Amino acid sequence: MNPFSSGTRLRDMIRAIRASKTAAEERAVVRKECAAIRAAISDNDHDYRHRNLAKLMFIHMLGYPTHFGQMECLKLIASPGFPEKRIGYLGLMLLLDERQEVLMLVTNSIKQDLNHTNQYIVGLALCALGNIGSAEMARDLAPEVERLLKFRDPNIRKKAALCSIRIIKKVPDLAENFIHAAASLLSEKHHGVLITGVQLCIDLCKISTEALEHFRKKCTDGLVKLMRDLANSPYAPEYDISGITDPFLQIRLLRLLRSLGKDDADASDTMNDILAQVATKTESNKNAGNAILYECVAAIMSVEDNGGLRVLAINILGRFLSNRDNNIRYVALNMLMKALAVDSQAVQRHRTTILECVKDSDPSIRKRAVELVYLLVNESNVKPMTKELIEYLEASDPEFRGDLTAKICSIVEKFSPEKIWYIDQMLKVLSEAGNDVKDEAWHSLIVVITNASNLHGYAVRSLYRSVQAAGEQETLVRVAIWCIGEYGDMLVNNAGRLDIEEPLTVTESDAVDVLETSFKSHSFDLTTRAMCLIALLKLSSRFPTCSQRINDIIVQYKGSFVLELQQRAIEFNSIIARHQNIRPSLVERMPVLDEATHSGRKAGSVPAAVSTSQGVSVNLPNGVAKPSAAPLVDLLDLSSDDVPAPSSSGGDFLQDLLGVDLVPVSSQSGTNQAQVSGTNVLLDLLSIGTPSANSSPSTIQASPSNVDTKSPMDLLDRLSSPSAPSVQVSTTAGSSPMLDLLNGFPSSSPIAVTEGNGLAYPSIVAFESSSLKLTFNFSKQPENPQTTLIEASFTNKSGEVLTNFIFQAAVPKFLQLHLDPASGNMLPANSSGSIMQKLKLTNSQHGKKSLVMRIRIAYKVNNKDVLEEGQVNNFPREL
Amino acid sequence: MIKAVMVINTFGKPRLSKFYEFQPVEKQQELIRHVYTVLSNRPDNVSNFIRSLGAIFGPDTRLVYKHYATLYFVFLFDNSENELAMLDLIQAVFVETLDKCFRSVCELDVVFNYSKMHIILDEIILGGQVLETDSVEVVKAVEEISKLESTTSAGTLINKSIPSWWAR
Repeated sequence: MNPFSSGTRLRDMIRAIRASKTAAEERAVVRKECAAIRAAISDNDHDYRHRNLAKLMFIHMLGYPTHFGQMECLKLIASPGFPEKRIGYLGLMLLLDERQEVLMLVTNSIKQDLNHTNQYIVGLALCALGNIGSAEMARDLAPEVERLLKFRDPNIRKKAALCSIRIIKKVPDLAENFIHAAASLLSEKHHGVLITGVQLCIDLCKISTEALEHFRKKCTDGLVKLMRDLANSPYAPEYDISGITDPFLQIRLLRLLRSLGKDDADASDTMNDILAQVATKTESNKNAGNAILYECVAAIMSVEDNGGLRVLAINILGRFLSNRDNNIRYVALNMLMKALAVDSQAVQRHRTTILECVKDSDPSIRKRAVELVYLLVNESNVKPMTKELIEYLEASDPEFRGDLTAKICSIVEKFSPEKIWYIDQMLKVLSEAGNDVKDEAWHSLIVVITNASNLHGYAVRSLYRSVQAAGEQETLVRVAIWCIGEYGDMLVNNAGRLDIEEPLTVTESDAVDVLETSFKSHSFDLTTRAMCLIALLKLSSRFPTCSQRINDIIVQYKGSFVLELQQRAIEFNSIIARHQNIRPSLVERMPVLDEATHSGRKAGSVPAAVSTSQGVSVNLPNGVAKPSAAPLVDLLDLSSDDVPAPSSSGGDFLQDLLGVDLVPVSSQSGTNQAQVSGTNVLLDLLSIGTPSANSSPSTIQASPSNVDTKSPMDLLDRLSSPSAPSVQVSTTAGSSPMLDLLNGFPSSSPIAVTEGNGLAYPSIVAFESSSLKLTFNFSKQPENPQTTLIEASFTNKSGEVLTNFIFQAAVPKFLQLHLDPASGNMLPANSSGSIMQKLKLTNSQHGKKSLVMRIRIAYKVNNKDVLEEGQVNNFPREL
Repeated sequence: MIKAVMVINTFGKPRLSKFYEFQPVEKQQELIRHVYTVLSNRPDNVSNFIRSLGAIFGPDTRLVYKHYATLYFVFLFDNSENELAMLDLIQAVFVETLDKCFRSVCELDVVFNYSKMHIILDEIILGGQVLETDSVEVVKAVEEISKLESTTSAGTLINKSIPSWWAR
């Protein structure tokens, strides 16, 4: 064998790797080395074995595969020399893991080494066992380790103690064997052994209640004495860290005392004095001292209360908050958050200091502080706290503002004592950081304003003032636009002026100015500008003198390149020019938005809101998969995140829009008026005269649950004339020229359907999986052979409840599908209930092609999202 | 329990890594990269503690790091450890021991004495628990081991060509 065959020395290899300029070069070096090492392994070259393994470990650290060296570790461990054994064990810990069968082979070698005469070899074996020992190894080697706990050399005893922790974690049954040995370690003098011994006791307490009881009874006094000796001991250089005796041991002891004192009044009583002593006497100008204090506070929070101690502990945390070291402030805030649950009164006393931390230079501390402040706010302190936070908002970093505004908005909403205060605070926030305010926040503001009928005038005037001062904050502008559109008249005539208000003179054209500037501003997005358009339409009726001017503005946008704006401009222009008679009723004030519905929705939509920001189509709690909605749809829909808007293409909502005063053709009023889920609220606003315009696109994403029937749509029903019959606009209307519709020609021929005596067809199992069964029952109306009515029924065969259940279906072009809302979105386990959903399929190729459908079922089980898909091909042919 | 110890240089190269909970190699590399991204984006004047690490570390994982010249020393651990104490373990025990062993340690020492680094670390932490906090004791143990390696390997064939990888 050529002694030079195994290549370079380790040092040279590292040098070569370091010299590599590119990743490719590095890979080439590593590949070459690995090839040489593999060759050496197959030659069974034992002279270079441990050097090769050392190289492999370096290569492993860089992230390259090194599994081929695993057997080499075993060979090295089995060899007699110390250097070989050492590298072998090191390789074992790094390259292998407890799951591999190779470990079985090594157990015997470790056993021999644990009994070796050389204590360093025993140390190596203990170290390996402590790091990677498996349950089998733990069982086999526990007696050896137990014996080594009494070994003469302390270095072995401490390693054996930590090794025991691994053993009892892997095999909890073995815990009781170690209780007495662990207890006797507590009377050691060697600090290293003490630390490990105390740690062993802590882990024993976690695993075995028997151990916990034993230590509580037999060791509490001893531990307290030990702690006292440590705290009072004179300077001892060997375990000293920045002037404090063995802080690590003190911390471990405090942690053990904490386990012993928790839920045990007697033990807590025994340790109260020493905890108080540590809390008061420990030097707090060094990190080590603060680490002990921090642990001591944690202990005091956990043990049984004796009154004064907790206040003392929280005061220590309060002191931490003014420490210059960021780390100390950071841990203090974390601990205060926990302490809040224990004694909120005492934490409240440090409110001012905590508020100061909101202004900290360290972002992670600011974040913690804001979270804590958020928890501290209550009805009694909301005013001063909000004032502080809003003042700080002005000075805060841009990247921190989002967080801060979200918290402020939430605080004022939750604790506001009166509406006017809430409106004032929100206006401050919007003026200061309007661009960082989340949609829900300004939506809520509008809901509150509509509900406070005595404050409409006040709100619109304050908003007008704020916009003059901070017109670049987009959400502020949106709220202002909305309110001016609704309450523009109150802005001009100062109606409902409060005593505290300064008088304000605004002319009608000033109000229109605000809208016009915002509308023409390029810095605002489509939503804002579209809102402007609507507000302008509303004002055209409220301010007759400005009507012509408004029309001129709108006309300019008839040629807008933005489709939404163009479309709106054309429609509104038509309304102003040709439909004077219906305009006043069209632009009437919005009905009061229901606060309860809004907040209910908001609470439900929290997760949805999160995922929307990621641009994913979201599963809303009420069970509608909402694709990113067209901006116009959301215009007035304040809680756009919540209203289920089905995948409505532009055409769909056009139809809805055009549903305005369409002359109904041959539809039976009230029959079969299935509401399409998530009718666009805004559009319905305009479709006065039709309770609900019904669109049926060929592919529907349907919601199984019912549409939020409390949506403003309902309110609109009241506006609609009672005699107005319902209208159904079929999809075919999408193709008809919209101008016709605008001009009032009824063009679509709604599908007239009556619930007749359906013919009977055999029902089928449309879909079946391990957990779900879906059956279809069919019926047909004799006069309408193309249309099949399907009653889908879902049952849950699994043992788990399915929630957020959503059924979706798609059909080829020759079919038209209509889904009714499902009877629920929750399926009880074990087929003990079912969800029903009605479908209507219209086959334009009836007789030529048979029905086919793709389905997709989404639900949550144990909070995990599950998606099942399938195709239904087994429809009866005659359908 | 300490979950992992990492030494990463300021360019993201791992210089020492030891995991006390089993992780496959790919996951180890991913974790190292993730830690590096988090650390390299952190300004200097902030705390040494990070709690919100993201899902790949598992819940409740905390991180303490200390930045020395070109190296980040990183300890990952769960909520049974005291963050301030972990910081002391890095600066007052681990780095101080390295200083004693290498006479003011620098990145090159760490790179070329890879195996000795492991000897030192194994004398401070065992199975994710603190084994020894007195750097004098640690240095003593490390020296004993070094001595043992040179004497037992003396006279064997590998003696002349090999020792340079562990001795300085």
